[in-house]
Amino acid sequence: MSKGVLATDKRGIRELGAEEKVGWDEVQQGVILNSFVGETENAAFLKPEERNYADFNSYTATVASWRIIKPVYNRDICIDCQNCWVWCPDTSIISRDKQMLGIDYDHCKGCGVCVEVCPTNPKSLLMFDEKEDNDEALAGWPQKEKKKK
Amino acid sequence: MAKEFELNEVEVWDGNYAASQALRQAQIDVVAAYPITPSTPIVEGYGSYVANGYVDGEFVMVESEHGAMSGCVGAAAAGGRVATATSSQGFALMVEVLYQASGMRLPIVLTVANRALAAPLNVRGDHSDMYLGRDSGWVQLDAFNAQEAYDMTLCAFKIGEHMDVRLPVMVHQDGFTTSHKAQNVYPLKDEVAYKFIGDYVPVDDMLDFSRPVTHGAQTEEDWHYEHKAKQHKALMDSRKVIDEVFVAFKELTGREYKRVESYMMEDAEVALVLLGSSVETAVLAAKQLREEEGIKVGIVAPRCFRPFPYDLVRDALEVPTLKAVCCMDKSAPGGAMGALFNEVSAAAYTTNSRPIMTNYIYGLGGRDFAVDEAKRIMREQKAHADAGHITTDIQQFSGLRGPKLGFFQTRRG
Repeated sequence: MSKGVLATDKRGIRELGAEEKVGWDEVQQGVILNSFVGETENAAFLKPEERNYADFNSYTATVASWRIIKPVYNRDICIDCQNCWVWCPDTSIISRDKQMLGIDYDHCKGCGVCVEVCPTNPKSLLMFDEKEDNDEALAGWPQKEKKKK
Repeated sequence: MAKEFELNEVEVWDGNYAASQALRQAQIDVVAAYPITPSTPIVEGYGSYVANGYVDGEFVMVESEHGAMSGCVGAAAAGGRVATATSSQGFALMVEVLYQASGMRLPIVLTVANRALAAPLNVRGDHSDMYLGRDSGWVQLDAFNAQEAYDMTLCAFKIGEHMDVRLPVMVHQDGFTTSHKAQNVYPLKDEVAYKFIGDYVPVDDMLDFSRPVTHGAQTEEDWHYEHKAKQHKALMDSRKVIDEVFVAFKELTGREYKRVESYMMEDAEVALVLLGSSVETAVLAAKQLREEEGIKVGIVAPRCFRPFPYDLVRDALEVPTLKAVCCMDKSAPGGAMGALFNEVSAAAYTTNSRPIMTNYIYGLGGRDFAVDEAKRIMREQKAHADAGHITTDIQQFSGLRGPKLGFFQTRRG
């Protein structure tokens, strides 16, 4: 599976739970996970690919293996309405300057909400089997449905 | 900036008021609380200090004790000095969040006016709630009177907030017997008390936006065990810090506290081990019995219930003359020997003296425990000592109406 758009060196570099296991003397006090390495300023104003995520941040983990069906994105039909970006429960729709770019396949769980809320005809996002090739999926994209009267 | 509260050298305070004054002097940032008898006046007092400008903090009224401790966890994770108070059913409702507070290593202070747990519903003092907290991962300090309720509350902040500890601390006092009994209390001046505790130093606080953190993350079988082991070690190692804080407190006030208090144990032949306000009753009874009948009675009183002072209990019982020890539990044991009996017996088993160990359940639901009954139990211990084995059932009930109730007999006689 391709890693999708804007994947950095750190995004999805390990399976969730595959982090290095340290002993009781090395785990961090409390049940605390630092989001970033060291100090950071204005993290809220940085794009994810610009942030220095810590190893324990979920950004560095991939849960792609949890997914059995996946959304495929068709740029030719999308109207950049941002509906999928708003509704995605795992912030796995990547959009910049209100332009839809694609899917973060490291964190998408294949729930299909993005497809459900897509308003275009035909839809700009459709669910496919996880093993299906994205280009083949796009090649067989359905045509516009006529309004039923 | 908060106003100074003018205090006399000696004040007449009950345990609740003493605890609330200590909270004020610690300049708590947040108290999230729900009222319950008999601990209500502690947080009520704090509320009035906030309203009258004697403390620069927030009083958060919540819908339940579960909400109270949850509010405390949130405020402590945000980076504030936090405390609350509860008793009995309220304590029981807090239990889920007590484990969160200790696991998240948040040095919250909980002042508890000990009270029985229903059913039957009862507002009077016994140690059921204190015992309910014993596996919760908190430091549990026990005050035997109003002065100690004040002193222990001040010490609680210094212990819990120590960088080697970072654990929540409960300060227990007996409901009504201590919480509502006005006694002479020698308070510290505001400035002196605050200086003793020191400024609050947050760790991994959520309000530090330069280092965003997740608090209370989920861990499964791959990480949970290591976190709990680290937490347990911090609690076990807090013994050293507690000792240091007690030494510093003695230097400041002249009042000396130990994780295990011992009275007349140097030459004791028999001893009672007990907690709370009954300690003073037992000490008085022991003194009288020594004078009147020449029975050498000593008293051992764990001041620190958790971490259980296995080391110092053992030291206290390592007396060559000691032959019989009675552990007194003021909590319904629920199908077991009393918890204090079990724990003290385990410590005593590794001493050279290996005294005869027996268990009394007493004082449930506020049933009075008076000097005469203490003496009767002490004489009974002397009988065990003289016989060389336990002459009664191992677990008995003090001050109980009806046919004699007891369980298990020794196989050593």
